[in-house]
Amino acid sequence: MKAKETVQDKKIPLFKKRDFQLLVGTVIFWAIFYTLTKFGMMNLYWMHIINVSLIYVILTTSLNLINGFSGQFSIGHMGFAAVGAYTSATLTTIVWNLPSHGVGPFSLFILSVILGGIAAAFIGFLIGLPTLRLRGDYLAIVTLAFGEIIRVVINSINFVGGPRGIPGIPRFSSFTVIVIFTFLSVIVLRNIIYSSIGRALLSIREDEVASELVGVHTTYYKVLGFTVGAFFAGIGGALLAHLIQYINPLQFGFMATIYVLIMVYIGGVGSLSGSIVAAIGITFLSEGLRLGLDKLDQVTPFHVGPEWRMVIFSVLLVATMLYKTNGLMGDMEFKVLIPEEEDENAKHGA
Amino acid sequence: MKRRKTFAVLVSLLLVVALFGTVLTGCSSKTANNNGGSSQKTESEPILIGGVAPVTGPAATYGKSTKQGYEMALEEWNAKGGVLGRKVKLVFEDDKADPTEAANAFSKLINDNHVVAIVGSVTSSCSLAGAPIAQRAGVPMITPTSTNPKVTQVGDYIFRACFIDPFQGTVAAKFVFNNLKARKAGVIYDIGQDYNTGLAEFFKKEFESLGGKIVAYEGYPDGTTDFNTQLTKIIDAKPDVIYSPNYYNDDGLIAKQARTLGFTGPIVGGDGWDSPDLFKIGGDAVNNCYFTNHFSKDSKDPKVQAFVKKYTEKYGEAPDALAALGYDAMNIMLTAIQNAGSTDGAKIKDALKNIDYQGVTGHIKFDKDRNPVKSAVIIKIENGKQVYVTTINP
Amino acid sequence: MGSIFNLQQIINGIQIGSIYALISIGYTLVYGIIQLINFAHGDFYMVGAYAAYFAVMFSAARKEHPNVLIVLLISMTAGAIVAFLSNRIAYRPLRYKPRLSALITAIGVSMFLEYTSSAIPAIGPSYRAFPQSALIPEHTYKIGHAILSNYQIVNMSVAVVLMVVLTYIVQYTRIGMAMRASAQDKDAARLMGIDIEYIIDFTFIIGGALAGAAGLLTGITYPRINPYMGIIPGLKAFIAAVLGGIGSVPGAMLGSYILGFSEVFGMAINSILGEGIAYAILILVLIFLPQGLLGKKTGEKV
Repeated sequence: MKAKETVQDKKIPLFKKRDFQLLVGTVIFWAIFYTLTKFGMMNLYWMHIINVSLIYVILTTSLNLINGFSGQFSIGHMGFAAVGAYTSATLTTIVWNLPSHGVGPFSLFILSVILGGIAAAFIGFLIGLPTLRLRGDYLAIVTLAFGEIIRVVINSINFVGGPRGIPGIPRFSSFTVIVIFTFLSVIVLRNIIYSSIGRALLSIREDEVASELVGVHTTYYKVLGFTVGAFFAGIGGALLAHLIQYINPLQFGFMATIYVLIMVYIGGVGSLSGSIVAAIGITFLSEGLRLGLDKLDQVTPFHVGPEWRMVIFSVLLVATMLYKTNGLMGDMEFKVLIPEEEDENAKHGA
Repeated sequence: MKRRKTFAVLVSLLLVVALFGTVLTGCSSKTANNNGGSSQKTESEPILIGGVAPVTGPAATYGKSTKQGYEMALEEWNAKGGVLGRKVKLVFEDDKADPTEAANAFSKLINDNHVVAIVGSVTSSCSLAGAPIAQRAGVPMITPTSTNPKVTQVGDYIFRACFIDPFQGTVAAKFVFNNLKARKAGVIYDIGQDYNTGLAEFFKKEFESLGGKIVAYEGYPDGTTDFNTQLTKIIDAKPDVIYSPNYYNDDGLIAKQARTLGFTGPIVGGDGWDSPDLFKIGGDAVNNCYFTNHFSKDSKDPKVQAFVKKYTEKYGEAPDALAALGYDAMNIMLTAIQNAGSTDGAKIKDALKNIDYQGVTGHIKFDKDRNPVKSAVIIKIENGKQVYVTTINP
Repeated sequence: MGSIFNLQQIINGIQIGSIYALISIGYTLVYGIIQLINFAHGDFYMVGAYAAYFAVMFSAARKEHPNVLIVLLISMTAGAIVAFLSNRIAYRPLRYKPRLSALITAIGVSMFLEYTSSAIPAIGPSYRAFPQSALIPEHTYKIGHAILSNYQIVNMSVAVVLMVVLTYIVQYTRIGMAMRASAQDKDAARLMGIDIEYIIDFTFIIGGALAGAAGLLTGITYPRINPYMGIIPGLKAFIAAVLGGIGSVPGAMLGSYILGFSEVFGMAINSILGEGIAYAILILVLIFLPQGLLGKKTGEKV
């Protein structure tokens, strides 16, 4: 999947064999965990963590589109998520005033999530504009600044609670809803990556000047990349708001973006599969360490408190990066995430 | 290529194993629980109480005090023979002061550890993320320090041990207007935190309705160390007092920088001021300052004296307001379990509603919104010591 | 407008700018040579502050008066050691790997230093009061209505001296030439007989020592330290270094002052939106000067 691949305009038809496999896999995944929870064989804590990790899949894959596939360097991603979360939570909680236990009109919720994504996409479009002039770390600083401006502005708006945030958001983000949105996000992102847009983005990543010379409209595609990435970040933020039932501006600060950034690079730049693995893996690791420390505390003679959890986490983070320097997956994909048309290319490619 | 493929397969396998591993542990703990039954465990098994506070991240300093408060209360109960004749055990989780982490922590304590009650969390944002989970599961929860009125509105299982925002801001405004006879006040507060914003807003509202004038109303972002810009603006407006409803580490610096800029009037704050570190950071600058608090350390009340003495011996530092609230919150919860005579969530909730508890931070009874009805004391700082000034009843 | 653009606010701007400059000058040195966004730089600074704190506490326990220069030396050494070790353990193995892999290890190192300091009982998460007056007692001077303290003078002069010294080292010494050569092209520099790893170690040691010194000075100015004190200054140093132009020491200094002034004026105009105003100024500057203030206009390689 390097630049030597040709730019293709071929449309990928819906539901090829692998799409079907992916769909079936997702349905099986859903069915297993849904049943386990329904019959009390898996407790709600793990259900909750699976939900959180799937939302991180959306956030991570969408950031990977910007940072990995188009080679830009954005560190303001949670700003988009904030826009999505606040738009949708404001609609459901404040404007429509839906009850907090989440049995209200479901269609309104879906509408609010989509609108959240669109609002984020609009902001993403605005943030994408400086990419016309800026490269690398200069661009990074501007995305960081935009992300922080979003936070400061939300923090100053009393209508959405300012620093108090929005409590009592209806709990619409069920496991089923999150699985569907995650599946759709990943499929759409995959299709974009293997479409002519994706080719253009990859070529920009590899060599911007050369791709411009061969006729790729670089500014258009870079801004498009930002817009699409922001859209899905907005969706992720909206789902998170309706899962946690509470949002405040601090949740979407710089440190939160760093967390998603870690997932992208640990998973592997330019690999959707890597992002999926890392988002799920890191969320589970971070929670697993809670249980691990509980157990460790019981066997060690001295007290090992929860303050060591993040120490272990950081050591594992450094070690992983040193051992797998290109991330867990490098730029490889699981086969089901590669359209069949790509097989020929993959044989000759990387 | 082949090696890479193998690796991809390996990673996916690992992921599947990890997921199923968690399911299995989930199963085992669930079945273990079903055998025991969460409310009818045998006499020998301890009662599990969940504790949540931020012990990592920038808010860790507050979480540490609160946690020490939980632990001390728990130890005292265990030394007296426990609750309902059983030992009590704290299952503690960190929330990093992040709502998402708080939701994870609450969910783990309730669904995985099957705690009978939860004491936590510290910040209002974390309590607001955790409360819906506790409410849904019917697990009673008491937050020691979350002052946002919305927290207990989540449901009838949610209680708190501290004042709510409107109360302290209003009390401070009354005190500043009536006792200090100030007519012009400047306000400086952390705009990123709901506690600080809440106190500042209600102070402003009350002070203006009393006929006073807010001459400057300035905020600063989280993590600021240089307050000179805001203080310059405030001091240029010539206020009689400055209201700084923040935490002690910020207040110490604010007082210092305000004194350097030539402000000599009193600086007034809330219970966030109550910490021995205030004097260490602020030095002489915090003299002639006042704050609203739950209790006075030089109170003659033997309960307070015993608490301060014991805490100082145990942890080598004097307790701050967070430690005292953590201690009281845990005591309230354990007393409620004792009164309920059962570890059943609904019964504990009813016992909490009717509780009448004399704590370190005051005499606590809950009103219909499950907020404590207690009076505030005004403390003055003189020569690095806290001096009791007056008590103001709600 | 009186309280927005008056002399006191200008002094405040210089003060904040000087503090940022102290940190960003060390930051930009490492950044210029290996293009590593060193998120841990703020934590080297924290380590320096704690080293100074313990040094003063130690001498206080022995009833001695602490010598400022010795304390400075201790905090610089502590910063240098941590920086050196981080380089060897976490950055060096990734030298010829994708640049952003080292970014992740830098985040890891940063988290490690913060959370470990916070978890170790001897340090702990609580704020500690820095023994300000034991080292340099505060004096204030009145200029018209404005007030200036000796700390502000010290910080600013140290920042200026550091900038001059470092610019001299980078521009006019042999090792400086080697540093610039390594920054431009590692392979070519190696072929010219430059021991790149030695140069990078040296850069990290200087950068760490500067971070340690900055930790001491900010500790004295704002006498409050805790394990997470480096997060925001580290971020600001990164912003200032990029704003000034990657790798330019005078640029980092200029960037710091611009950042400091835009924060002060942003806050003075409207304290609720002040941070946002400062960031907006930043965006504007970068849109008009996409290579930073003093960055080199590198032609794109085609």
